Amino acid sequence: MTTLVPNPESLIPGPGPGAADPLIIAGREFKSRLIVGTGKYSSFALMQRAHEASGADMVTVAVRRVNISDRTKESLLDYIDTARIALLPNTAGCYSADDAVRTARLGREAGLSNWVKLEVIGDERTLFPDNEELIAATKILVKEGFVVLPYTTDDPIVCRKLEDAGAAAVMPLGAPIGSGLGIQNANNIRIIREFSRVPIILDAGVGTASDATIAMELGADGVLMNTAIAEAQDPVAMATSMKLAVQAGRLAFRAGRMPRRMYASASSPLAGTLK
Amino acid sequence: MKISLNGEPHELAGPVTLTALLAQLNIDPRRVAVEHNLNVVKRAHYDTTQIQDGDQIEIVNFVGGGTHDYPRP
Repeated sequence: MTTLVPNPESLIPGPGPGAADPLIIAGREFKSRLIVGTGKYSSFALMQRAHEASGADMVTVAVRRVNISDRTKESLLDYIDTARIALLPNTAGCYSADDAVRTARLGREAGLSNWVKLEVIGDERTLFPDNEELIAATKILVKEGFVVLPYTTDDPIVCRKLEDAGAAAVMPLGAPIGSGLGIQNANNIRIIREFSRVPIILDAGVGTASDATIAMELGADGVLMNTAIAEAQDPVAMATSMKLAVQAGRLAFRAGRMPRRMYASASSPLAGTLK
Repeated sequence: MKISLNGEPHELAGPVTLTALLAQLNIDPRRVAVEHNLNVVKRAHYDTTQIQDGDQIEIVNFVGGGTHDYPRP
């Protein structure tokens, strides 16, 4: 049985907006709490401008066979300044722990980094993760020295199991990949944050700026998105919007919000009103 | 001599090192990762890894994208 114990450090308001507030994963600091993807852009040049506008200092990339017969295609890496932006290889397209582990090993060799965004998908229509295979793959990869960031469901027990398996952060979905539906179960995300001892990155389902802000207000340490930016009519403008949305949500979270009330609470005094 | 290269049959004149194979294919070794018979080969060992008849080679690199882009394998 998995017992969830609150992490008292998870919900403390913090210092003001001027203070440094980096995202820290596996001891490494990132200035940006927004992580973005590299897929679905109409051109690499547009992708590069969107990345710049987003302020992201980590982007996800997929691992795929080199096209042996057609060597003329442009290379993704020509459009990412790896001196400033960290590459996070993902195991996209993997439907089993074995495939994901194999892909992660190749990604490590290609990128010379042991970080991996672990995706093990259970169904091609919903793209929901297969949590059983995901937990198994996490255990294997952690043992091999990888820094594992698993993409998972908004299930607090699974998130705890991934953390116990050694995941450096946990990435619960807000809604299905590419759906743009926004966070479907805000209370679960809040619960996951409250009981977690590693960073929580809301990953998948963000559609527009307010979705990202809400994630940060719920206490997420960061947000990962791709489609929300790549499929916006103006990706560069949306990337800027998302950068600001994540910052606004983080500031609101650290400011400590007012309590919710079921009825009104007047702002002005009742005494001295004109009659 | 025949090998499997990225899932397709590929003819080679004779055994070659991985370094030589990548050079033949005009592939920059610094931007790829290679699997030789299901084992990931470290870049430092490309010079000393011999490709033999019947070997299975996978050469991968980083591309844009995530799970939404790729159909069922």
